[in-house]
Amino acid sequence: MAKVDLSIGIGGAAGQGIATPGDILARIFVRRGLHLNAYNAYQSIIRGGHIFLTLRTSDAQVLSFGDKLDILIPLNQDTMNRHLRLMKSGSLVLYNGDKIKPGEVEAGVQLCPFSVKELAPNIRGDLVQNTIALAAVLRLIGVEFKILEDILTLQFKRKGETVIAENVGVARAGYDYAGAHFKPFAFSLPDTGKKLAFFEGNQALAMGGAAAGVRFYCAYPMSPASGVLHWMARHGRQLGIMVRQIEDEIGVINVAIGAAHAGCRAMCATSGGGFALMSEALGSAAMMEIPVVCINVQRAGPATGVPTKTEQGDLWQVMGAGQGDYPRIIVAPTDILDCFKTVPELFNLVDKFQCPGIVISDLLLSEGRSSVDPAELDFNVPIDRGEVIGLNGSVPPVNGGYNRYQLTDTGISPRALPGTAGYTHVVATDEHDEDGVLISDEFTNPHKRQAMHEKRMRKMEAILPLLEPPRLFGPEDAQVILVGWGSTEGVIREAMQKLANEEGVAANNLQIKWMVPLHCEVITAIVSKSRKIIIVENNYSGQFARYLRSETGIVAHGHIRKYDGEPFMPHHIVDGVKAILAGTTEKYVPVHEIMV
Amino acid sequence: MSVDPVDIEARISKTGQQPPAGPRVTVKDFKGKADPDWCPGCGDFGVLTALKQALVELNLHPHQVMTISGIGCSSNLPGYVSTYGMHTLHGRALAVATGAQLANHDLKIIVTGGDGDGYGIGGNHFIHSMRRNVDLTYIVMNNQIYGLTTGQISPTSTKGMKTKSTPAGSVENPIFPVSLAIAAGATYVARGYTGQVKHLVDLIKGGIQHKGFALIDAFSPCVTFNLDNTHEFFKHRTKKLEDMGHDPTNFAAAIQKSYEWGDEIPIGLFWKREDLPSLDQLEPILDEGGPLARRPLGISPEVARSLVRELM
Repeated sequence: MAKVDLSIGIGGAAGQGIATPGDILARIFVRRGLHLNAYNAYQSIIRGGHIFLTLRTSDAQVLSFGDKLDILIPLNQDTMNRHLRLMKSGSLVLYNGDKIKPGEVEAGVQLCPFSVKELAPNIRGDLVQNTIALAAVLRLIGVEFKILEDILTLQFKRKGETVIAENVGVARAGYDYAGAHFKPFAFSLPDTGKKLAFFEGNQALAMGGAAAGVRFYCAYPMSPASGVLHWMARHGRQLGIMVRQIEDEIGVINVAIGAAHAGCRAMCATSGGGFALMSEALGSAAMMEIPVVCINVQRAGPATGVPTKTEQGDLWQVMGAGQGDYPRIIVAPTDILDCFKTVPELFNLVDKFQCPGIVISDLLLSEGRSSVDPAELDFNVPIDRGEVIGLNGSVPPVNGGYNRYQLTDTGISPRALPGTAGYTHVVATDEHDEDGVLISDEFTNPHKRQAMHEKRMRKMEAILPLLEPPRLFGPEDAQVILVGWGSTEGVIREAMQKLANEEGVAANNLQIKWMVPLHCEVITAIVSKSRKIIIVENNYSGQFARYLRSETGIVAHGHIRKYDGEPFMPHHIVDGVKAILAGTTEKYVPVHEIMV
Repeated sequence: MSVDPVDIEARISKTGQQPPAGPRVTVKDFKGKADPDWCPGCGDFGVLTALKQALVELNLHPHQVMTISGIGCSSNLPGYVSTYGMHTLHGRALAVATGAQLANHDLKIIVTGGDGDGYGIGGNHFIHSMRRNVDLTYIVMNNQIYGLTTGQISPTSTKGMKTKSTPAGSVENPIFPVSLAIAAGATYVARGYTGQVKHLVDLIKGGIQHKGFALIDAFSPCVTFNLDNTHEFFKHRTKKLEDMGHDPTNFAAAIQKSYEWGDEIPIGLFWKREDLPSLDQLEPILDEGGPLARRPLGISPEVARSLVRELM
């Protein structure tokens, strides 16, 4: 059992400086070896609106941002009004009593007002309430002041001694005030003696690209995928990665394809709308047999949709992107660390099979943050470029000419890198023969067309055995199996624990990561043993449920779906399982309790 | 972590690079695997001939050259010349070429296509490739019509032109690609005519030797679908800028000449500037280490440690 399981919510308007105390708390937690999961609910606005950051930490693994809050820090009245009613006995609320008034509150909730005017009479600006609240939190969870003092000293180093002294002074005042006036938690935040790191999913995806040897990254800014671009832009020069912002997403994918054909490992990221623009070119990469990786960080659609909210609504889009049939690999990482580990794996596959690869992430995964054991961040990953002529040193003699698209049993034909003497050839988006000559215009040829089409599609058969099959998690003999895909793994597994501990329901979980090609036989073997199948996904129409049915014939007994823009919380799934097991519904759609 | 700014001034390099040494190539070396499927008399033959001749005169070897096109009659060109070729999607040749050029700046990249491909569906990439001054030579076979789709107006079709999509005559103004290119930041802007192949060879050679974005808009009459802008039309109207005393370093004169369209239509080099670095020259990671595409992959343990430290 966890000694500590603490959730802190900080809310306010955009521009009120929520990120900084959030980052400081996260750093303090992971430096003590505590696990972390953070989710920031925000809106597409630079100033104003309502932002709510939930930080959850524990000495045990943290699977999701959880169901409850132990500490609420409302930075404005709006946040107080929205969130106070959800606070439960034993929790506390820290706020600037000069400006913010509480409303009705459940018994046992400790209200902790402080006065910015009294604690920091000489400092102007709103940000000071953040520093006071942060210091007070640390006092109430038993963190020594020195740690905050060191962090503030480092943070304001460039601004000089006066600013440092001012901020440390205010923090001290808040820390002492909390000690004197508020009741601290019964625990002191433990220090495991180990140090963890923390990162967001977009950083993990970018770092995975760096580990894979990405030499070319390009993008058009789009929430919630821009974090990948920002990491790449900051580190490109250090790592020897060309990073370019392109005029639109059609340009992005085509630039990446050009770089990939020239021989770079090339990657790009976007969200659903940008991905839609890339569709045709993804097919062209498959037709020309050029390996390229594209990340789709899903947000709530359709159209512009809700740019800052999450959804798993693009599965059918990525599966159906572009005209015609073509080989593609689609993978949905299941947690933030998995984002890092998946990208190099995918690059090896697309290089070997010379086809596009798509990573399907979502806002929850890409902008969520989690702790990670630094030892897990291994950049020394295997790199397999597949069959490439002219990449390294020796070039075999051309005997009897070079056929770029030679028909082979595996469907893989050796690539020759442009610039290699003796191997000139044309790659075409038109259908073409083995030698690259078009069979689309002057003389079409049904027999050759069939052979070339089959050659490309044959690759899919060889890819499947290389993908790790999904594995059942939890007790084999459970009452119910929860089937999910991609980012929902953590929250489903936490819901499983709750079902077992609080409801006496034994559940297990099958989380699907490799979406295309799909391990149909493995999935069927596992799922068919279950008495009750429930599919959990963050979309309206059950995109995965329909895909699974079409590929395996499996028809689930129940569905838990959410499409309001916010991610599942564990209790949403618990409530859904209970309702479906009780027979009250076959499709449970939870209501998000709070407007964030 | 912070990233130092790039000193743009320090990155201007002289153009007019020397052709690579080595055994002399001949036109035969560039013979493609397929023969052109263009209509007899098509202007595009003139561009194919001129391009091969320019490559021979520069002694570029087939493997040193990449020819990248979009879709359309003229975009079939990469199949008719032996170089590294890419026959990409409609309108996307410049985007693909931008990636290829930055990935391997040792390659000489020629982009070919038509007016619909480049100025219509590919218009966005056209403008941005020029403002970025990507080191590409872009030859547009401008026939002022959509030919492969059997005759509809293109962005360069003249006002009043009757086509299958404008049976009453086009009411729209055409694009002036030369003016647009000068305004958008191309650093070598020329117009040729496929009826004057020798002149076109010189323009293409100049474009390939130019370090930066070179546009060569080539009048390439469609003998099947454009009965307005024929060889007969251009033969007597085209006048060489060289014979008019035009100074291609004079911006105002270049713009003025680019809008002239009447009994006299100027061809030749409108605009050229050599005081701007191309995009690959601006990119610090290309300063040393050769083409990106050929560099070894992998991250040193020290760098990996520093990346992880940022997260702690």
